Amino acid sequence: MKYIPTIGIECHVQLSTKTKLFSEVDNDARGKEPNSCVSPVDYALPGMLPRLNGEAIKFAIRAGKAMNCKINAHSRFDRKHYFYPDSPKGYQITQFYQPIIGAGYVELPSGTKVHIEHAHLEGDAGKLTHFDNYSLVDLNRVDTPLIEIVSMPDIHSAKDAHDYCKELWRLMCFAGVTNGDLYNGNMRFDVNTSIAPEGSKKLGTRTEVKNLNSFRSVERAVEYEIARQTKILEAGEKVVQQTLGWNDATGKTTAQRSKEEAKDYRYMPEPDLPPINLSEEFIEKEAAKLPPMPADYRKKFGNVISGDTLEVLLDYPALMKKLDEVCSEYVKSMSNLFASVLLAEEKSAEYLSDLPSAKDLNELCEMNEKKELSSTATKEVFLRLFDPQMKNRGAKNIAKELGLIQENDLGALEAIIDTVLQKPETKKAQEDYKNGEEKVIGFLVGQVMKESHGKANPSAVQEILRKKLK
Amino acid sequence: MKIANKTITATKLVKEALEKAKKYEKYNVFTFINEKEALKKAAEIDAKIARGEKVGRLAGVPYALKDNFLSPEGQTTASAHILQGFTSPVTATSVEKLEKEGAIMIGRTNLDAFAHGSSTENSYFGPTHNAVDFERVPGGSSGGSAAAVALDIVEFATGTDTGGSIRQPASFNGVYGLKPTYGCISRYGVVAMASSLDCIGFFTKTPEDMDLLMSIASGQDPKDMTTLPDYYNNSKTSKAKRIGVIKDFDNEAVAPEIRKVLKEKCKELEEKGYEIVELEMPTLKYALAVYYIIQPAEVTSNLSRYDGIRYGFRSEKAKNLDDIYDDTRNEGFMPENKRRIMIGNFVLSSGFYDAYFLKAAKARTLIVKEYEEAFKKCDFILTPVSPNYAFKLGEKVNDPVAMYLEDLMSVSLNLAGVPGLAIPVGKTKDGLPLGLQLVGPRRSDKALIEFAKELN
Repeated sequence: MKYIPTIGIECHVQLSTKTKLFSEVDNDARGKEPNSCVSPVDYALPGMLPRLNGEAIKFAIRAGKAMNCKINAHSRFDRKHYFYPDSPKGYQITQFYQPIIGAGYVELPSGTKVHIEHAHLEGDAGKLTHFDNYSLVDLNRVDTPLIEIVSMPDIHSAKDAHDYCKELWRLMCFAGVTNGDLYNGNMRFDVNTSIAPEGSKKLGTRTEVKNLNSFRSVERAVEYEIARQTKILEAGEKVVQQTLGWNDATGKTTAQRSKEEAKDYRYMPEPDLPPINLSEEFIEKEAAKLPPMPADYRKKFGNVISGDTLEVLLDYPALMKKLDEVCSEYVKSMSNLFASVLLAEEKSAEYLSDLPSAKDLNELCEMNEKKELSSTATKEVFLRLFDPQMKNRGAKNIAKELGLIQENDLGALEAIIDTVLQKPETKKAQEDYKNGEEKVIGFLVGQVMKESHGKANPSAVQEILRKKLK
Repeated sequence: MKIANKTITATKLVKEALEKAKKYEKYNVFTFINEKEALKKAAEIDAKIARGEKVGRLAGVPYALKDNFLSPEGQTTASAHILQGFTSPVTATSVEKLEKEGAIMIGRTNLDAFAHGSSTENSYFGPTHNAVDFERVPGGSSGGSAAAVALDIVEFATGTDTGGSIRQPASFNGVYGLKPTYGCISRYGVVAMASSLDCIGFFTKTPEDMDLLMSIASGQDPKDMTTLPDYYNNSKTSKAKRIGVIKDFDNEAVAPEIRKVLKEKCKELEEKGYEIVELEMPTLKYALAVYYIIQPAEVTSNLSRYDGIRYGFRSEKAKNLDDIYDDTRNEGFMPENKRRIMIGNFVLSSGFYDAYFLKAAKARTLIVKEYEEAFKKCDFILTPVSPNYAFKLGEKVNDPVAMYLEDLMSVSLNLAGVPGLAIPVGKTKDGLPLGLQLVGPRRSDKALIEFAKELN
């Protein structure tokens, strides 16, 4: 029997706001001592009250708009209760009843639409590190703003699950609401998978694989779950609804809890925070700040840049923005330089943080177009434009300094060629060429190149030589 | 109140207060005496006065702080075992404002643990005694603060009022007690009981003192998003003409002497030319039920942070994480705390949320509306504070329902967010204080205080 998988994904995105969601403490704890980015509010001293960070609201609006979602004019916060040392208040402040982001959709590169059920703002939990007989608590991450994006079960393959997560990541990065560092948990995915016989109207029993932090592991976990559930059903057994963990090393999912307990979070409206009421103008003003999204670039550059190159570059919002600034006639060649030269470079990550100006890039393309730079020289100058030591000098100056500008001036070239042809050591070759030995032209071109200190354009040289030796 | 100046030094005021605190030690008013710091601060103020520098509006005024206000002076315990050992690194906004004006905290006052109670008998430190009759309760939960003012140890005391915790002890001890409009004074740094009901207020000996304290403490605080922009100091007081009385409150459940004093006061007001308006407020009979759903729900939530992990008491017995939670909370909370935690969890649990919490929230809206309607017919409402005057220690402590009934006439104000002032109006034949509650529309706090003079 053929089974159709159905997949829904919940994604937590850490917002890169300056301060935390409910306190004025630095939200960026990267490289900081444990428990050093913690205020009395985050630490949940008695009598402390949350103060809502307005920047997080703006970020949520942008994130929502990036997913074509409705932004709700009225939303509010609720408390979700559970006891664990990563939750100092004993509850998480989240939006259970009235989330800020309503329904929308994400369009995958393949054209598949995945609908968004809603997305809500909430505070992150702290981090526990477990040892043999004790655990350490780090509250730096407590109440880092998160948006949790809940998809509809619109995904039906591991590949689409992968692509959806990746597209979400791109959307959030383009919207500028997260640092997007997956390795450090800036985005985490919980994947619900079920399978049902083809044609069945009822969905199968689902399992949830929690806390995946790479697209590849999402894809592999879904593949594994589909295979595992298929085996179970084919053996005539039943899939157990449960929460699973993913082991990247073994490539297997494992049950996280022995029995699926129905947790009761005892949700309650958060009485310390007034409801959020957003005016249409406020929402529009924030939405207007949203830069072009991957879908916009696909529309704009789809006919100019090859699909593969475009998808590679879409992982880098800064490069797409730069590409958009470059003269339209140079977009194609620049996209190739970005994809095959810059991103192949060892230091590309470092380079990406400070891109050269569009003016420099245009200048470079122009030189290449005018054949002032060979394609090899173009690549070389291109990379120097990212070199902190050289970048501010401009493409032309760098090319000059490196002596890479090709001699295209026909008069000057002829003069050099005449000099070379006067030289006794070239006489024999000239004779041989005239006698039909085509190959020796290479030797003569080489001599001209030498005389020009490599600046002559070899194809132009060959052309002139052939004329002169007729 | 006496404020320090060239002739009366702050040191003298503070010393007198400290001596009286010592004299009345057996009343168990204080959980902590701030002797050293208080004398130091008094000396500083005296030095300022001697140098001719400007001092605050409360310079050298000794006051008592209910032990659920955070400040680094002494431990903040909320009279709860589970907070033993907790010294706060932060100061409550309200305390900051008082101290900035030169008020000097003499001591922290006893309360029902986490303000759960109406008699101060639920304290980890044992009960406080009524200032007028040692055998009786001071009311609660701010029993220590009320007694501190009534015993004349201090000029004023802070309190918190979630369902009557300022007004009822004020009337039991014969002092003024104000529960302001919700959001008038910042809750930042005050141990939360039920956040949507909690109000910060004061105990004073005169309406004038109350006015001064309110003008200092009220106003918007960026640290408390539920605070209102300062209206108190911009209030225009309109001359009240019509005083409402609630028909349903005149019944058998209310002590005869309280009913009598209410009728006398109404008659006096009528003689002064006020119109007495009889009000039908049929929803108010549900207020107590609504309150005992919403309040425990918020209580259970707010008490979740007391887990023995980061501060306060942790059970010695605990050997693993589950034990830390179970043993710490089992040993650290008082029976009344546990009762409310259980009720709260029940009404919030997923199968019961709609039937209890949600329904109570809707009924609360009706109560808000009923008050709005009532204030179209009158300017203020005069009611009993509670059905009884001070009762005997131990009389109700084992009967939670009888204790909850103490809140019958006070909780609806917290649900509606309207202000209420407990005013001492007389004495029983045995000399026990009798108080009445003056209720006004939201933001009418200043007018309420001014009108209080009409009742004396």
